[in-house]
Amino acid sequence: MGRAERIREVAKQILEEKKVDLVIGFKKGTHPLMAEPVSIKDPKEAELLCWDSFCTLNLANYLPKRKEKIGIVAKGCDSRNIAVHIVENQIKREQLYIIGVPCEGMVDKRRILALLHGRECMEVVENDGSLIVKGEGFEQTLTRESILRDNCRRCMHRNPVIQDDLVAWPVMERAEGDPFDDVKEIEELGPEARWKFFTDLIRDCTRCYACRNACPLCYCPTCFVDESEPQWVGKSIDPTDTMTFHLLRAFHCAGRCTDCGSCQQACPMDINVRMFTRKLNKDALELYASEAGLSIEKRPPLDTYRPDDEGKFIK
Amino acid sequence: MSDKIILKERMQDFLEALRKTREVLLPVKEKEFYRLKPFTGAEKLDPQFQNTRLSPKGLVLSESERMFEYRLGKEQGAQIVHEAPADYPPRVVVGIRPCDAKAFALVNRNFDNPEFKDPWWVNRLASLTLVGLGCDEPCSTCFCTSVGCGPFHEEGLDVLLFDVGHDLLARAITEKGERLLMEAGVRQEADDDLKKKAAQLKEKAEKKIRSQVPTDRLKDKKLNDLFNAPFWEDVAFACINCGTCTFLCPTCWCFDIQDEVKKNQGDRIRNWDSCMLPLFTLHASGHNPRTQKAQRVRQRFMHKLKYYVDKYGDGVACVGCGRCVNYCPVNIDIREVAKRMNAL
Repeated sequence: MGRAERIREVAKQILEEKKVDLVIGFKKGTHPLMAEPVSIKDPKEAELLCWDSFCTLNLANYLPKRKEKIGIVAKGCDSRNIAVHIVENQIKREQLYIIGVPCEGMVDKRRILALLHGRECMEVVENDGSLIVKGEGFEQTLTRESILRDNCRRCMHRNPVIQDDLVAWPVMERAEGDPFDDVKEIEELGPEARWKFFTDLIRDCTRCYACRNACPLCYCPTCFVDESEPQWVGKSIDPTDTMTFHLLRAFHCAGRCTDCGSCQQACPMDINVRMFTRKLNKDALELYASEAGLSIEKRPPLDTYRPDDEGKFIK
Repeated sequence: MSDKIILKERMQDFLEALRKTREVLLPVKEKEFYRLKPFTGAEKLDPQFQNTRLSPKGLVLSESERMFEYRLGKEQGAQIVHEAPADYPPRVVVGIRPCDAKAFALVNRNFDNPEFKDPWWVNRLASLTLVGLGCDEPCSTCFCTSVGCGPFHEEGLDVLLFDVGHDLLARAITEKGERLLMEAGVRQEADDDLKKKAAQLKEKAEKKIRSQVPTDRLKDKKLNDLFNAPFWEDVAFACINCGTCTFLCPTCWCFDIQDEVKKNQGDRIRNWDSCMLPLFTLHASGHNPRTQKAQRVRQRFMHKLKYYVDKYGDGVACVGCGRCVNYCPVNIDIREVAKRMNAL
């Protein structure tokens, strides 16, 4: 049985048994390269649930402050962000029925579009390990490996870290390779070159806040950029204000980010916003031996303090 | 209206001729998408170009427009708000898609009408000439023909180009367009054969539009029935309330005015705003009439597909460009929402 069938089966069952009030998952998109997050309440509608290479958004985003009992479809990164939510009191573990999905990585629709050179994709058929992309007068087979999202290529936790059900056998975790090789390249630059790198990175930003809103960590009732009394940041596209937004948002995510890639995926201007957060993920790992969302007990490294902390850099 | 000929091999000369008297903007691919960039001599009109990622509305409704300036303090002249100096140099876009040109005509209603004349909008639009490029290959997400527009729609354009083989047929639609062609030395009249070819291109392209979106019953619906329709929670579930749809949209015209002060110098700036963001309707009292995302999602669709329809009696406030369909991070599809509203 495939992942999608098993997801539908579990969803139907937990809805029928009234273990949950709703199930959050994905349904097929109206666009061949998209899947749409959906909330299912009626067991009959569990049939709508799908699982394909386009289930990119992090569904943990839909959990904070919900009161119901919720079934939620979770790949590795989603499950880690659910763990972060539990630690940060955004949702209770006992409210959740986590339908874990061992994940083989999601694909980046932008990589597909780039490979099509302007031809339009009308249909995608998924086979084991490859996608057949069809359009007017053409058909092209792409290996999943060649079009995976960058964060999925670097992912070290493809299997859910917490779950109530697992819809497939666990997949192999990435054994080798340095997930931070690109961050190291930037670290090696001088301060001016680094500043230029980040200035260029966000040049196209329109301040639409898709990165922030796609991020499960950004659940503040009022974001600092939306505060009007006092107003911390200017609202125009002045480069200083735009940089302030990105830097502060990234630092607010330090030690909490799972590199789920939702921010990058959501950006309408193709900005790789992850370059900010990944440096901080690397720091959290090196300075605190911490990776976000691996446990529902451990507080994030930057909101714990111990006078007897052995880390020397802190003193 | 007259139909002239531009030889394809003379296209660069045409652009050069235009550049003598104005800034010429062309769709140019940078990173993985197209944007309007100044023509510097080397750029070519790319036949692969479908549309720019951002709509060209920013050319007239600037993303951040410095409207006024003032000084704080006690000396003479301080505390008085002056209009910020601005110039409106002549510009021409070559290769704008007909949907985006129609959007300028549509948004014009809001900024230039008997009641209000927005000087920034009016001046920027007056200094802009639009040379459109008809769409021979509309995308599957295009639904222009359902919303009173089309792949060769002329409204809002000054000139429309038809790719008729060796040549481009250049149709001057306005006097501004006639003058532009004259200035660029485009004088050769198109013969009937080419005119026929152009008509065929248009017909063929219109038939290629696959998305048909019903909007015919919207005007007869009761506003409250649509407002209280049972499907809004469902439509809005996936929405993450970002501004992608509104910022990419060629017809979203809402703005926010902000004062920014640095030491003694103050600027009053008009920025794009988005009804998707909670701050959009936050009152000075602290009250916010749209605290829930479903309310905000509803507002966007009701404005485009009902309030505008009722207010102006001229169809919906959408040109069917498909940007929101392609770039919404969670696949909220205006075509589906319109269907549900129309079928209620």
